[in-house]
Amino acid sequence: MCLAIPSKIISKNGFEATVDLYGARKKVSLMLLPEDASVGEYVLVHAGFAIQKIDEEAAKDAIGLIDEILKTLEQEDADSLQ
Amino acid sequence: MERRANGINRLLKKAGRPVKLMEVCGTHTVAIFRHGIRGLFPGISFLSGPGCPVCVTSKRDIDCSILIAREPGVTLLTFGDMMRVPGALGSLNRARADGADVKVVYSPLDAVAAAEKQPDRKFVFFATGFETTIPLVAAALDMAHSLGLDNFFVYSVHKLVPPALRALLSAPDARVSLDGFILPGHVSAIIGPRPYGFLAEEFHIPAVVTGFEADEIMEGTLMLLEQIESGSARVEVAYKKVVRDAGNQTALSLMDRYFRPFDAEWRGIGMIPASGLRLKEQWAAMDAERVFKPHPPVSHEVSPGDGGCSCGDVLRGLKLPVDCRLFGSGCTPDHPVGACMVSTEGSCAAYFKYGPFIKRQTSGQ
Repeated sequence: MCLAIPSKIISKNGFEATVDLYGARKKVSLMLLPEDASVGEYVLVHAGFAIQKIDEEAAKDAIGLIDEILKTLEQEDADSLQ
Repeated sequence: MERRANGINRLLKKAGRPVKLMEVCGTHTVAIFRHGIRGLFPGISFLSGPGCPVCVTSKRDIDCSILIAREPGVTLLTFGDMMRVPGALGSLNRARADGADVKVVYSPLDAVAAAEKQPDRKFVFFATGFETTIPLVAAALDMAHSLGLDNFFVYSVHKLVPPALRALLSAPDARVSLDGFILPGHVSAIIGPRPYGFLAEEFHIPAVVTGFEADEIMEGTLMLLEQIESGSARVEVAYKKVVRDAGNQTALSLMDRYFRPFDAEWRGIGMIPASGLRLKEQWAAMDAERVFKPHPPVSHEVSPGDGGCSCGDVLRGLKLPVDCRLFGSGCTPDHPVGACMVSTEGSCAAYFKYGPFIKRQTSGQ
């Protein structure tokens, strides 16, 4: 429940931003971010809010891990249907 | 990764005894299973702590949310994990089937948006969560306040992690003995490492904040074993890309604006001083507890239907899920008895899902 997902800021309007969350465009609030974040930068997103800014390299590592988890889950779902 | 694994194995050999670590966060429990870390280091026993906010929500609070949901003209909104948790009056899923208006939302802001759209209905957000989630609910309250909404309410059953760790280590009867804590990554992104200082200073237990990737968990484990080997106890951070020393001050000050600590009931554990957050007096008009005053008929935290459920001992690290006599027979994810089996991040659900895999791993060694 406390997992936050790294996402890239695509556009920004005041305290609201659109991020790329696994290929999906999501609106998130930036009001809890302790520092400014610009378009192209990465943030950790938890339930509709960016809670921390992270650097690109760290974000890409984490995205790789979550991709792996999603693939495993899909595989498990496929297995359970057989 | 190999360097870390070798380092861990070298220090385990040097210790010459099994090492007991508690991962506090439910997401860590799942990640440790998923990465196969248990199987890699049989010399470490990973105990799961009270790190799933769904699992520690008291039956009374579930019942209160059901009673509020049954009120005419009320829509109760909550995170999906809460729907199946059984209270004495059933679950929110059941309440919905019986006609109550209960909705699952992704974000507390969705609840504010719903209230804004339908001013003639009352919208109550049933708010569970630790420090990662609490600032989001504070932000939702802030938004409802600035929009001037009088139909948005929060029933806060928020819990704080550090007081729960203190309670585990101070329990007079059944106290868990531990060599180290793997501290939650995203709770710590908000509060920073300082609030855990007492673990090292008062209890002399090493503690490391880690992330959720395999190499981050192994780095944290290695740092813990190094502290154990040298006989020292510090709070360290192995997740510096996310966890700053001061935490997230913006989030903390918003939390402080809306909430104050109170003595809260944790399912399976009992009352823990100053471990919950409820709305401050000045926000009483948005506090669902004060506005709706739910009075559930049964307040027993252990009801006869729980017969033999060991959730309390599992949450305190005194028992493994497999040691509960209901595990896998009377209690499964499809038919949960205790809350640890309900949530996907509950330790019993994690053991049930990954257990067979562990057996295969260990029997192959």
